[in-house]
Amino acid sequence: MTFRTTALAIALAGFSFAAHAQTQITGAGSTFAAPIYGKWAEAGATATGVKLNYQAIGSGAGINQINNRTVDFGASDMPVKAEDLTAHKLMQFPTVIGGVDIIVNLPGIKANELKLTGPVLADIYLGKITKWNDPEIAKINAGMKLPSLAIATVHRADGSGTTFVFTDYLSMQSAEWKSKVGSSTSVAWPNGAGGKGSDGVAATVQHIPGGIGYDESAYAEQNHLTTALMMNKAGKFVAPTMAAFVAAAGNADWSKVQNFAIDLNDQPGAASWPIESATFVLLPLDPKDEKQSTAVKKFFDWGFEHGDDIATSLLYIPLPQSVHAAIRTAWKAVPGTM
Amino acid sequence: MSVTIMGGGIPGAAKNEAVARSLGRRRHLTNLFVKALCITATVIGLLLLASILATLLWNGLAGLSLNVFVTDTKPPGSHGGLLNAIIGTLIQTALGTVIGTPIGLMVGTYLAEYSRGSQISNVVRFVSDVLLSAPSILIGLFIYQLLVEPMGGFSGIAGSLTLAVIVIPIVVRTTEDMLRLIPATLREAAIGLGAPKWKMITLVCYRAAMDGIVTGVLLAVARIAGETAPLLFTSLGNSSGLGNLATPMASLPVTIYQYAGSAFDDWVQLAWVAALLITVGVLAINVTARLALRGKK
Amino acid sequence: MQQAIIIPASGRARRGFGDAVFATTARASGGLVLLLLGGIILSLFIGGIAAFREFGPGFVFSTEWDPVHQKFGALVSIYGTLITSAIALVLAVPVAFGVAFFLTELAPAWMRRPVGTAIELLAAVPSIIYGMWGFFVIVPIMSSTIQPAIINFFDGIPVLQDLFAGPPFGTGIFTAALILAVMVIPFVAATMRDVFDTVPAVYKESAYGVGCTTWEVMRSIVLPYTRVSVVGGIMLGLGRALGETMAVTFVIGNADRISETVFGSGNTIASIVALEFPESPQGSLKLASLLALGFILFVISFIVLAISRMLLKPKATGG
Repeated sequence: MTFRTTALAIALAGFSFAAHAQTQITGAGSTFAAPIYGKWAEAGATATGVKLNYQAIGSGAGINQINNRTVDFGASDMPVKAEDLTAHKLMQFPTVIGGVDIIVNLPGIKANELKLTGPVLADIYLGKITKWNDPEIAKINAGMKLPSLAIATVHRADGSGTTFVFTDYLSMQSAEWKSKVGSSTSVAWPNGAGGKGSDGVAATVQHIPGGIGYDESAYAEQNHLTTALMMNKAGKFVAPTMAAFVAAAGNADWSKVQNFAIDLNDQPGAASWPIESATFVLLPLDPKDEKQSTAVKKFFDWGFEHGDDIATSLLYIPLPQSVHAAIRTAWKAVPGTM
Repeated sequence: MSVTIMGGGIPGAAKNEAVARSLGRRRHLTNLFVKALCITATVIGLLLLASILATLLWNGLAGLSLNVFVTDTKPPGSHGGLLNAIIGTLIQTALGTVIGTPIGLMVGTYLAEYSRGSQISNVVRFVSDVLLSAPSILIGLFIYQLLVEPMGGFSGIAGSLTLAVIVIPIVVRTTEDMLRLIPATLREAAIGLGAPKWKMITLVCYRAAMDGIVTGVLLAVARIAGETAPLLFTSLGNSSGLGNLATPMASLPVTIYQYAGSAFDDWVQLAWVAALLITVGVLAINVTARLALRGKK
Repeated sequence: MQQAIIIPASGRARRGFGDAVFATTARASGGLVLLLLGGIILSLFIGGIAAFREFGPGFVFSTEWDPVHQKFGALVSIYGTLITSAIALVLAVPVAFGVAFFLTELAPAWMRRPVGTAIELLAAVPSIIYGMWGFFVIVPIMSSTIQPAIINFFDGIPVLQDLFAGPPFGTGIFTAALILAVMVIPFVAATMRDVFDTVPAVYKESAYGVGCTTWEVMRSIVLPYTRVSVVGGIMLGLGRALGETMAVTFVIGNADRISETVFGSGNTIASIVALEFPESPQGSLKLASLLALGFILFVISFIVLAISRMLLKPKATGG
């Protein structure tokens, strides 16, 4: 190449580099997904040229923000209903999958020793079972010495997608729960104390003997919380391990759902963990600025391509490749390149 | 102050010496008992302050490092710092003060110079006091409806305006108090020399009251530096950088709110460092301002 | 006044202009303050009107708070606000009185300023710091030591055992009231101290002269003289406690229910707004209910402040 063409090539390269100048995107919502989005942003910053500002204010708040178009994308563990998606002109896609653990604080009982079933859990949170040595609990924990402590239920005080996953599971397991309380990011809990954030729930449970709560599995694992075994659909008691989460996710049939709104609770399979969910991202179909939508898609595309290892290291389950492909097709409905 | 009476040493006159003695003893003991309670109460108050400071120092110093001051906030596990939050707080506090102080100054001047004693001045003063005591979260809600919704997004300017609204009544209160303290002779002298009213106020009264007014501004700054709830609804916070006035902007109190309840040890650690920084700054401003004000009085 | 300065006609016109501009600016700022308050009240009321329309006046008395079934009521939050503030005052006023008494009568002169400043610094600590301190320091102490002790103490006594029952969560109404009390002490103490200082020395001296003890002087002379202003100061502290957000949100336990035990969880208006506002959809009934709650809080604070100013007014002339 002549000197002139080399210089031109360098100039053009410089120009395209400038064209890749940092675009800043704003996202808000799920605390559950905050760690993975943060890590993806950090790892993929140079490749994508996208800078992410993510506010982990809770799934309900994230949905609200994207409805008001005050952010570029919303993040929610609770899939938005189809009619709401149409009404607010949103498009929804999942990013990763994660499990919800049940944490307990019982003197003398170690991690993954206590066994619980869905109906019993629902009755505990409904206030029908009030002591740990209740016959219903003793029945499934034969041979274990259960203290006669009062059960102190703890829930998320802030509007949380983890609450949605948990209450959705309880609604499946108890008709009384479904009609009396229902499932959402924020519900009218019949009893117990609220903790602010995953930290608040864990701290409250850890401070009170006889406490029980629910938390994201990554969080429970990191902080070595005392988790309980749950009975899954196949009637087996499973521990909240990566293998159990993967087993549950593997059963998911993505072709049967609209808007990727899959419910991963209570999945069949002998090794499946019963309380699990995908986490979703909401994009506007009529964005104010197409460049922003393009940047968001680029960001998640990088995550799908290169971020699986990061996800597993943080105890999330990556989506199958077929779902990634389906998501990329669905993105075409959103204005902007990609 | 001991209870002694001339002759006898028994408090209270009584015909029966035994009764008088026991009565006196009882009163004496009651007095001692109450004194002990009061000293206990004061010690409790001081211990509480000590506990708060000790907690902040114990937890915050552990995480204090140069990194905190030169790195922006980052995802957990990435050795983030607090740089953007610190600058964001400085900017929003400064802007809130710059916007709110002139308005507060003018209102204080109005109350002290233009409408003394009139009914309307009582109303304005009352309204200013209501604003002073109003829960700051409600002010945040107001700015959210006024600015954030129409603008379609959170912004540093919305956060600054919320802080300005909180600053105004504080400056009003101190300005009015300080201006009232100025002796009438000083004003009359200025007018007597032929100065127009506005020059009298700006060149004479303000100058005389400057110390007190500056103190009021410092107290206002200390107050808004730690405000969290209103910023949650207006500038939201920024985790990847500073942001600017038209976008969500980082700030220390909001960062604390997010980090303190989070799941990650390094974030909780940073929350303590941020708490230590804010408290040290706020207390330093307060001590300086109060020392100056006491000297003035 | 002698006319020593000759004022040129043009100068006078200029001066009039400067005065007019300045005066207008001053008056306009006064108007701005009025507009601000009016704006806040109006925006809260208009925002909350949908809730009042939907639930009627029963909104204020309903204990429901069900986001799933879209039924909201204000009573749980109002109750939480009032009871935490009330308990906070019960705890704070005696301590504040003790501090004020100490600072005005008992402390040697060299001690008054530093101790007084230290107590006032409690007022300067930002609310979120109280929240963190409360959550990380006080809550564990409450749940491991204090709450079980109190629960055991009252166990067996008919009415009181229900009042002090329940799992020792550590968080809850009582803990929130405790933190509020700490925040309120400096306000009430400072007002009390200022007010105690206004008692004319001659009254106190005559009382000492006839042989009163210090406590008797306080009880019979100072307190009756300052009674009205003391109550005003207490109400000022109450106003502060009513609107506290961050300190309460961390430790109150956040349950949308009125619990019969003071160790149970609850919500105040400020804490429920802070927690649930971010996830309330635009134009929804929940948002309207939250704004209506904000309006109610404003009304309560307003009334408390008005009463406190009325009570403190005679003192204001003392300067």
